[in-house]
Amino acid sequence: MITTHLPALQIVVPLVSAPLCVLLGKARLAYALALIVCWAVFGISVLLLGQVLDNGVISYRLGGWAPPWGIEYRVDPVNAYVLLIVAAIGALVITYAKPSVAKEIGSGRETLFYTSYLLCLTGLLGVTITGDAFNIFVFLEISSLSSYVLISLGQDRRALTASFRYLIFGTIGATFFLIGVGLLYQATGTLNIADMANRVALLAENRTVQAAFAFMAVGLAVKAALFPLHAWLPNAYAYAPSVVTAFLAATATKVSIYVLIRTYFTIFGPEFSFEVMTLGPVLMVLAILAMLVGSTIAIFQDDLKRLLAYSSVAQIGYMVLGLGFATVLGVTGGMLHLFNHALMKGGLFLALGCVFYRTGSVSIEAMKGLGHRMPWTMAAIVIGGLSLIGVPLTVGFVSKWYLLLAAIDSGMWWITIFILVSSLLAIVYVWRLVEAAYLSPSPEGAPSGEAPLVMLIPTWVLMLASVYFGVDTRVSVGVATRAAEFLLGAGS
Amino acid sequence: MEWPGLFNYWIVIFLMMAGLYVVMARANLIKKMVGLSIFQASVFIFYLTMGKVAGGTAPIVIPGNPVYSNPLPHVLILTAIVVGVATLAMGLAIIVRINEAYGTIEEDEIDQQEHDS
Repeated sequence: MITTHLPALQIVVPLVSAPLCVLLGKARLAYALALIVCWAVFGISVLLLGQVLDNGVISYRLGGWAPPWGIEYRVDPVNAYVLLIVAAIGALVITYAKPSVAKEIGSGRETLFYTSYLLCLTGLLGVTITGDAFNIFVFLEISSLSSYVLISLGQDRRALTASFRYLIFGTIGATFFLIGVGLLYQATGTLNIADMANRVALLAENRTVQAAFAFMAVGLAVKAALFPLHAWLPNAYAYAPSVVTAFLAATATKVSIYVLIRTYFTIFGPEFSFEVMTLGPVLMVLAILAMLVGSTIAIFQDDLKRLLAYSSVAQIGYMVLGLGFATVLGVTGGMLHLFNHALMKGGLFLALGCVFYRTGSVSIEAMKGLGHRMPWTMAAIVIGGLSLIGVPLTVGFVSKWYLLLAAIDSGMWWITIFILVSSLLAIVYVWRLVEAAYLSPSPEGAPSGEAPLVMLIPTWVLMLASVYFGVDTRVSVGVATRAAEFLLGAGS
Repeated sequence: MEWPGLFNYWIVIFLMMAGLYVVMARANLIKKMVGLSIFQASVFIFYLTMGKVAGGTAPIVIPGNPVYSNPLPHVLILTAIVVGVATLAMGLAIIVRINEAYGTIEEDEIDQQEHDS
């Protein structure tokens, strides 16, 4: 009986638990609740993915109101996959959080952290699961508002200005999306995405629909930190608490990319997006610039969280590049990289959190000799770094391989050069890290010893996953291909 | 449609551009928030306008055969207004914290301090 209500539970459970965390009052109780809730949410997402793969698309009517009048939660192969990624990262990061939060956020504010964390998770899952365009906006703002809080919890005062800047950018982005939804409602008279998609197909020449497309594409590009709209991202990631950075880097931009995918492929349809509006070249140019500029700036960063933040800008470029091809192979590569990047970046930021926990700094100076002082943490960072470069047997290789295939398949072999150049740049910034950690002597009196196991295990789970899915690609490629075929209409 | 028919939309565009300009051009963080609110308000008016049917009345059952305005965009925008209020409150709260940490809410002075440190 309860299995029919899984889509609603996915959202309601974390949403209701969030205020409970404040009411509980004690950090330990709030942590226990958040931990249970996050793993329950993960379980629900696994069950949902199973149901979708067995029985096809699930349409859940909130309150029993039939779509297109009521709000519909719609789970198909694409978002079941994204839900699973977000929920899995959410569960792993919260498991890791306790010592790190106690150290970086300080007593008194810990319960607030867990509340905001659950709200942010609710928002991200909600954006992913809903089949209603206006509902996306509402959930987008729930996740954004709570992530502003999360970022501003950072110790450095620059966390405040980073959070403020994100607030300005994020609000403008979300409001642009809202304008787009409004214009679409004017043109189609519906807010349900499936219904909207049917009607938009007949309105390709309509100026209102084209304006809606432009507003939604730009607004979401801001939220996804697509170059050149990424200005909010580096500082927000660099000064937020480690846990928050890991969570946001692995989920928030991914969910925004997912909404971009939904907008391009489901609402407007590949024909409108890529033929009428010629989105392909725009996305590819921006994606390639993101890859090159992001990687280049990353090389010159001394703060490692900033370095990885710029590397994220570059990696978002890879995902968008895949979408730009608008072929099954390209979208598979993009979706695959979405999953793979969540694993490796999530793991890397968690590992940096371990470093910060022990040494109190994540500058390149603090890394000196760390290979001998924190061997397990440093080994995790090396695996993540190799994956960022795209060395075979890591996930980074698999998704880059599919992007290369897609480029050659589309007859745009010159794009492979940019992918390779960007990977070479990644070697440079990863090498800087490795060199400091293994080839430089430790400074006098540097703190030594590993982070607590409760922090190391989630880090290693992500890293081992990123190796496992780099070797055994059946599951990840299979699901991504199914999602891509579904989006491009081949499998629906 | 004659000229005043699109009057609301001109207002929307004017407020939207004015709001965005204030966000970009002003260094004072409070003024930025004001600009952001104006920008959001323009979208509220946009939604209200699109639901309005000329001569339409509120959607309640009344005898006769009245013309109704579309209530859905009005209800939607109620949600967006709440979101806008929350964003404004959040922004102002961060500004208070920034003022405590930096002793100023002028963006150029904050940049100066961040640059020096």
